[in-house]
Amino acid sequence: MFPVYDVVVVGAGHAGCEAAAAAANMGMRVMLATMNMNTIAQMSCNPAMGGVAKGQLIREIDALGGYSGIVTDKSMIQFRMLNRSKGPAMWSPRSQNDRMRFAETWRLMLEQTPNVDFWQEMIVGIVVKNGRVSGVKTSLGLEIPAKTVVLTNGTFLNGRIHIGEKSFGGGRSGERAATGITADLIALGFESGRMKTGTPPRIDGRSVNWEAMEEQPGDEKPGTFSFTDTQPLKEQRPCYITYTNAKTHEILRSGFDRSPMFNGRIRGLGPRYCPSIEDKIDRFAERDRHQLFLEPEGWNTIEIYVNGFSSFLPEDVQYKALRSIPGLEEAKMFRPGYAVEYDFFPPTQLNLSLETRLVENLFFAGQINGTTGYEEAACQGLMAGINAARKVQQKEPLVFKRDQAYIGVLIDDLVNKGTKEPYRMFTSRAEYRTLLRQDNADLRLTALGYEIGLASEDRYRRMLQKQEQVEEIQLAIAHTSVAPEQIDPYLEHIGSAKLKQKVKAISVLTRPKVKLEDLARFVPELAAALNGKNPEAIEQAEIQIKYAGYIKKEKDLAVKMMRLDDIYIPENFNFKKIAALSAEGREKLQLARPRSLGQASRISGVSPADISVLMVFMGR
Amino acid sequence: MHAHEDTIAAISTPPGQGALGMVRVSGPQAIEVVNRIFHPKDLSQVPGHSLHYGQIVQGEEVLDEVVVGVFRAPRSFTREDVVEISCHGSSYILQQCLQLLLEAGARPARPGEFSLRAYLHGALDLAQAEAVADLIASSSAAAHRLAMDQLRGGISRELSQLRSQLLDFTSLIELELDFSEEDVEFADRSQLLQLVSEIDRRLQGLIRSFQYGNALKEGVPTVIMGKPNAGKSTLLNALLQDERAIVSDIPGTTRDVIEDRIVIAGIEFRLQDTAGLRETADVIEAEGVSRTLALAQRASLLLYLFDLTTETPQAAYQYVRSLELPPQAQVLLLGNKLDQLSPPLPHAAQLQFEGIAGVHFLSAKTGQGLDALRQALVEAVQAFSGPGEAPPGQAIISNIRHLDALKKAHQALQDVQQGLQAGLTGDLLTIDIRTALHYIGEITGEITTDEVLGNIFGKFCIGK
Repeated sequence: MFPVYDVVVVGAGHAGCEAAAAAANMGMRVMLATMNMNTIAQMSCNPAMGGVAKGQLIREIDALGGYSGIVTDKSMIQFRMLNRSKGPAMWSPRSQNDRMRFAETWRLMLEQTPNVDFWQEMIVGIVVKNGRVSGVKTSLGLEIPAKTVVLTNGTFLNGRIHIGEKSFGGGRSGERAATGITADLIALGFESGRMKTGTPPRIDGRSVNWEAMEEQPGDEKPGTFSFTDTQPLKEQRPCYITYTNAKTHEILRSGFDRSPMFNGRIRGLGPRYCPSIEDKIDRFAERDRHQLFLEPEGWNTIEIYVNGFSSFLPEDVQYKALRSIPGLEEAKMFRPGYAVEYDFFPPTQLNLSLETRLVENLFFAGQINGTTGYEEAACQGLMAGINAARKVQQKEPLVFKRDQAYIGVLIDDLVNKGTKEPYRMFTSRAEYRTLLRQDNADLRLTALGYEIGLASEDRYRRMLQKQEQVEEIQLAIAHTSVAPEQIDPYLEHIGSAKLKQKVKAISVLTRPKVKLEDLARFVPELAAALNGKNPEAIEQAEIQIKYAGYIKKEKDLAVKMMRLDDIYIPENFNFKKIAALSAEGREKLQLARPRSLGQASRISGVSPADISVLMVFMGR
Repeated sequence: MHAHEDTIAAISTPPGQGALGMVRVSGPQAIEVVNRIFHPKDLSQVPGHSLHYGQIVQGEEVLDEVVVGVFRAPRSFTREDVVEISCHGSSYILQQCLQLLLEAGARPARPGEFSLRAYLHGALDLAQAEAVADLIASSSAAAHRLAMDQLRGGISRELSQLRSQLLDFTSLIELELDFSEEDVEFADRSQLLQLVSEIDRRLQGLIRSFQYGNALKEGVPTVIMGKPNAGKSTLLNALLQDERAIVSDIPGTTRDVIEDRIVIAGIEFRLQDTAGLRETADVIEAEGVSRTLALAQRASLLLYLFDLTTETPQAAYQYVRSLELPPQAQVLLLGNKLDQLSPPLPHAAQLQFEGIAGVHFLSAKTGQGLDALRQALVEAVQAFSGPGEAPPGQAIISNIRHLDALKKAHQALQDVQQGLQAGLTGDLLTIDIRTALHYIGEITGEITTDEVLGNIFGKFCIGK
């Protein structure tokens, strides 16, 4: 019934969809297997994409030729560039999306991607021969033969939903759990764990008193995620902000004895940065209110997502508590919030290519690796899809270093450090975030994406053209001088010191409040240089000039700190034999088998002393 | 390279005759090796941390009567099995004993190899291992105390406090970057500035302590200056004669000075008399001036001796001021020939001059005032660590590697403070913060992003 697929992807969430699309675009024959074809690319939690560090991930996915950026642009209802007041490394695109349109766009794009087949059924096991995966088994007893398999099961593996004292099997509200795969993997020698995440209630927008809340609009000049020609929004939908109060907290507290969190029924560890509302009032008892965002679920739907009110308390407690909040006095609830517990496999069992160490040609991506977030899942899916394809092509895997991409930071962290709670990306996890900006993701990655056969010709040319324009603009700036009479009125206007004499334009541009496009209005040579240029190229040129000093500092630091990454450890190096290592370090090193001292230094439990011991052994 | 798998041996007491000498053996076969040449007890059966009387034998012949200390891994200095053989201190016996050990299976230890092993086994951190080397080389009680303090982790303690402050600071900055959308209160700039300047103050304290630490370790370079016939050599001789603990006389081979070492209250002073210049007609006006001044520029402690019968303290002060001495040097004005003066001058302690650590009147000839001078010398050294901060109990760095790292970290923190004042955004500030963390991490170990995030989640309510 099935041919031998190059890549079988199990699960069609953000990770699975990216994996399938990437492999197919690299010429692979792909099977995307999902339990339900009507729920492809669901936004299981909030109807939003991007945000701080996550926006950067989407930009990187897009730069490499993934779909998430395009899908996001086509389904968004609001766009904001966060952190505009900070340096460019912090600028982070974030969007609100139409949940249904997002899923529909993904499905249509996959359908239009040649080489992607679909199969709707639960996958209950994997077939392994001689330590190598050779296919998957379905619940009907079918076998889908495969050269490589990418598992992206999300929260579905032995998923269990908790609402107050009730709990039942399920991977998402209204959808059943997936069984079988965990048992197969454990039998193969994999270690598994449990994690937990939660989601807030959804309410009826018609029952909300919007007047009682503060409106949060999108940007005046909205942007896009994709480096392709997707169009920015002309119209946007706002979000609304309201707050909990002492009464809300009191009601919530009254349900604590029936909470699965406090009575110990949930064992899995949840994310500290995405706590439930009950967790927030319990841990930060001194706070008399917590902020909530009411996010529309789409252009036309009346369903509203109550961001910040994630809860696993009994539905009646959630309902009562909601109604104590200004603007929600009459609120009708559509679905209560819930917690979901699921199996994951500690990612220290992976190579940096996301292939498992135990079973060849088997790749894991997304929440199965202990991460959380659409963006984190999507970028892993993309990399697993790429590397599954490269495995079939008998090529070296594509692995990014920490100073190359957030994707590199994420995977390096997962594989070397593992994670105890659901892993989310933060900019602070990236040592070199000034280099890893959202604005230069294409310049960093598109050529690579093109080289491996993923990014299209069109995308690649677009990047080259941008690069050319950036260079032209920079050259023009370098050759332009400005006179006091030319720009003093402008400088005075923005509160910057006047010029004493004619100076290089570059020295004015590096002043804090000076903007290239404003400056160009007073300097004809600059205006000529900017004329007809892509706004992204102008922005890029400006960033590179304005922040050159910081970019250089960080590059220097990267060189210094990445030095350890260039000291390689032989493939079959036996860490167990080195008595000089700490017991914990020895064990962790033997397990992780790092290939460089840099990688070794980032493994949790490996101390600086262990690294200096290894240095002695590597002859340094 | 499996250096740690063999057994090493070395004579651990300094060369030369002494009442006792010690040979140390370390490694997996340490006990076995010693057992082969030790009688009558079977050391393989004895517990760790025990002493045993017996003989070292060479075939049938008894080499020496000894006491051996057995330390079993990991409860030993190197964390390996260690045996220490205390024998009589003749170099013949020690050499023979070592020879026997080598024949029995040990390998001669390379310099510092015992410490290296302790370090590789995690018994010492790098700072501590360096302290061991210092301990071995210490030539005065104070240097010994300092090395012992570092060995016990005094500096590590201070640095770990520094580290936790930096962690807090980093967390506050990161909070407003990664969680700018959260409903939490961000630290204002003045609060951040206060925190970073407090951290920097600590760093600078450690940097300053280097001068003191180095003085304790290397001896305090002390220059005696003065016009001809002020009595410099008499004073020098008086100090040396009184002080029995003369360490050495180092003839001025490369420098035109004679250096004498004396120890007062456990602190070693390297007294440098401008001896080579003494014979030239006038120290001050002749060509030697520049050389004397060059010497003075390097001195931590400067004693300016003047003749009370021909010069007033005010005149002496005016003169010293004209020399433009380096600000970090502690200067004492010493009025000599107190015995020849009648009626005596007002009390010297009441005289205060800017930039001068103290004024003392004395008679090098009669010894009057010399005790007070010794006291003043010790106090001047203690003042090296900075005004108002008493050295006892404070961590003191004496290692040039640490100094270098701390100075670079200090420079980075200066940049952070400037950035804060200039209103630089947090993400740009963190580039310098990371530089500081990197250098401090060279001594203390790195701060990981997990720690930063953990700190943030512990202190702030994050999560929409």
